[in-house]
Amino acid sequence: MAKAVKAAAKPGTRPAVPLEHGAVPWLLAVALATAGPHFGHLPWWLSALVGGALCWRAWLWQQRRQLPPRWTLALLVIGTIAAVGWQFRTLLGKDAGVALLVIFMALKPMEMNKRRDALVVIMLGYFLLLTHYLYSQSIPTGLWLLVAITLLTATLIRLHGGAQPVATVARHAGLLLAQALPFMLILYLLFPRVSGPLWGLPQDAYSGLSGLSDQMAPGSISRLVQSGAIAFRSRFVGDLPDQSDLYWRGPVFDDYDGLTWRTSKPPGKAPPQAPTIAAGSPPQAYTSILEAHNRRWLLALDVPTRLPPDSSLAPTLEALAREPVRVRSRFSFASSVAYRANVDETPAILQQALALPPRINPRSRALAAGWASRPPREIAAAALAMFHDEDFHYTLQPPLLGPNAMDDFLFDSRRGFCEHYASAFVFLMRAAGVPARVVAGYQGGELNPVDGYLNVRQSDAHAWAEIWIAGEGWLRFDPTVAVAPSRIEQGIVAALPAGESLPMVIRIDSDWLRELRNRWEAANNTWNQWVLGYNPQRQREVLSRFGWREPDWRSMTASLAVLCGVALLLVALWTLPRRRAVDPAQRAWQKYCAQLARRGISRVQWEGPVAFAHRVARERPELAALTGEAAALYAALRYGRSDQNAAGTLRLLQECIDRLPPRRRRNA
Amino acid sequence: MPATTRPPPIGEILAAADQVVLGKSRQTRLALCCLLARGHLLIEDLPGVGKTTLAHTLARLLGFRFARVQFTSDMLPADILGVSILDRERSNFRFLPGPIFTQVLLADEINRATPKTQSALLEAMEEGQVTTEGETRPLPEPFFVIATQNPSSQIGTFPLPESQLDRFLLRIELGYPDHHAERSLLESGGRREQLPALTARLAAGDFAALQLQAAAVHASPALLDYLQQLVEASRNDPRLLHGLSPRAALSLLAAARAWAFTDGRGMVLPEDVQAVLPAVARHRLRLVSGSHPAAEDITALMRSVPLV
Repeated sequence: MAKAVKAAAKPGTRPAVPLEHGAVPWLLAVALATAGPHFGHLPWWLSALVGGALCWRAWLWQQRRQLPPRWTLALLVIGTIAAVGWQFRTLLGKDAGVALLVIFMALKPMEMNKRRDALVVIMLGYFLLLTHYLYSQSIPTGLWLLVAITLLTATLIRLHGGAQPVATVARHAGLLLAQALPFMLILYLLFPRVSGPLWGLPQDAYSGLSGLSDQMAPGSISRLVQSGAIAFRSRFVGDLPDQSDLYWRGPVFDDYDGLTWRTSKPPGKAPPQAPTIAAGSPPQAYTSILEAHNRRWLLALDVPTRLPPDSSLAPTLEALAREPVRVRSRFSFASSVAYRANVDETPAILQQALALPPRINPRSRALAAGWASRPPREIAAAALAMFHDEDFHYTLQPPLLGPNAMDDFLFDSRRGFCEHYASAFVFLMRAAGVPARVVAGYQGGELNPVDGYLNVRQSDAHAWAEIWIAGEGWLRFDPTVAVAPSRIEQGIVAALPAGESLPMVIRIDSDWLRELRNRWEAANNTWNQWVLGYNPQRQREVLSRFGWREPDWRSMTASLAVLCGVALLLVALWTLPRRRAVDPAQRAWQKYCAQLARRGISRVQWEGPVAFAHRVARERPELAALTGEAAALYAALRYGRSDQNAAGTLRLLQECIDRLPPRRRRNA
Repeated sequence: MPATTRPPPIGEILAAADQVVLGKSRQTRLALCCLLARGHLLIEDLPGVGKTTLAHTLARLLGFRFARVQFTSDMLPADILGVSILDRERSNFRFLPGPIFTQVLLADEINRATPKTQSALLEAMEEGQVTTEGETRPLPEPFFVIATQNPSSQIGTFPLPESQLDRFLLRIELGYPDHHAERSLLESGGRREQLPALTARLAAGDFAALQLQAAAVHASPALLDYLQQLVEASRNDPRLLHGLSPRAALSLLAAARAWAFTDGRGMVLPEDVQAVLPAVARHRLRLVSGSHPAAEDITALMRSVPLV
């Protein structure tokens, strides 16, 4: 009553509702849940500031102190925005924008003492949640956002519903979200998809992707091997090829400057000659789900005989996409593991495959010169025999090499990783007059029994060699096999000494941990394919499974609207209180009340008939007598003892409606 | 057709009470309803707002014997119930009845007594009889307890536990008198002097008849629906720790009947339920914060149940 009086005293303005003390921890939890996951990629000082601000607010809450004065907050806001501008050199873009939102989220609670402020915090929270998807779209992120959105909704309920047990609030929020679930599913399945992201991502979006590089220097692959991240997953239609045949071809390096291997520019402007391939074994079909790596190569199994659309086979036999692979994508191939390739190689390529930087590595050149008179196969065999028989070691931590890197490696250190052996082998071959080149890619992979996919990780990155022999084409030689045969047969973990540092995820000994990892990766794979990779093509596949052959966006939008309407109707039917059977007396009374409402005085939902009649008598004396009579009749019908004259009483009540005076015009 | 005229003795009693207890006609009527519905009454308010006057006035107007006990923390059950003493002449024990053997017992500041004494009184309230030293003695008929509590001074008190609060049908608060009532109070002096002049408006046994009539007021299925919806709303209200019990629902109905009866109506209306709901529900419910709900909370609860 007092509230109503106060509100009436100031027409037009509603008094600001103060924020309940008990609601503050909820809002601080919201701030932490929505801003917290950003700490990982924010500058450290910003994370510290946010944490400090929230702790400060929590302390103020606990001590029931006054909030800091406005000018302090203004200074704080201006200062931090300036610092963000200085840190990112801009206030626009993804990172700076998110940093600003996080700052708002941390500082808004500082002036939060009205319910209005709390609502701002909640709306900001919903918005901030979305920004997490700019950084990660993994399962944990999805799960966390589910928790956070429940918390946000619960806080909204708590704000409006007053103090109540946490379990009640949580159940309420869960129920609300559960009601939203059908709409989510309908929208997800039917909303017309566009290929690629809806909005352009900033230029830095792909800079963090890891994978093979377009050049190879000592150490570049051994660095990559430190990552247990998945490079791609493949599922074969038939049996898996032998582990020792699993050479996934990446970039081919034929240009050596004494330190780094690169891919040579195609000479001249002549169109590159298409490779010729003669398969020596039946093709094996498989589908790869390639993680984004921002390069064009598709890492097909050596050597692909059937390529996915929008891709081509380079003269050096690697499958290339038309555009760099910037999002996780599916590709279907067929490959033959035994083949003859480019038996008639172009002279330009052969010439490039013999080029060596002048003067360096004299000892290696001398060694190779000694083999030059033999046939190419024997030269290769001699080099491999040297790696095998002499004191060479396979290690991730080779010593540094000098300017004559090959000499240092072949004659002094004799410790190296696959890139050392591949480049030394190719160097020796070229010095002995055999066309040779380095191939980088991945070797092996591990079958996940849970979903039948072969997981190939960055730690499977590898480099090997190819030599060209007249009449036989390019032949693969893997000098690493000569040094550490177990690398190819059993994988890198078996090949490296125990002390070498490798990612934990591939060095798992216990069976159940391995099982856990396999299940987790299979779940990730499903998530990737069905949630993140749900593109127009997938959508068509799913809809055709429901018997819908050729959906276009018009029919999809129409059915979207219809299904959402149906779902709304179902939820409404479920939530709205079922209309109780209304008896004639109730109907008449409702009609009478509706007529009164048209005359400017309406019964409140909870008002009983007699109480309403009393109010009418106070506020609209001219209607008092009739309303009093109608109310008495209705009360007798509904709450009195049933008597024989009920029909007559009902008629009297109905007559009251007709006896109402005609409506007056409002401004008459 | 509901009549708005009160049955003669009721109207007379309420009018006479209003002459003594100024500006509190609603509370007086609630108190009378409580007695008509055979319930005990708890009055919670500050000292000096007229709790005792109200109780005493009602007792006199209804023609009941009245006794008052001021509760203290050193009071023993025997101080209320009575003791047996040795009669030297007859060489046997003679029972000296305590103040409880009356018709209207005003238990002042009941929360000052120890739980033991409280429970002795409350047991008597429930059973309508007193058992001491293995002998059971019935209490007079009718027997009402009007207990008072001071809500503001909680030091050295023993708040009544939930189960014992439940024994009181209604709990009312008196509050300060309004401007006019206080002015007439100041002009005419204290009210206690008028008490002896009050004469009983009822003959012996009349009140029992009134109670029977009140209990016979008709409650239609629609009204019971509404009452059940209210009770269910109290059970589903997230702000409340627990809802109204079935016994509370019975109390609500009995009080609403009495309220309708004092209005001279032969049927219970939702308005009657709404009128007694705060007095029935507030001391029986607890908010999540642990305190009893304020009147506004009960109003909000009531407004959440629509009426057609």
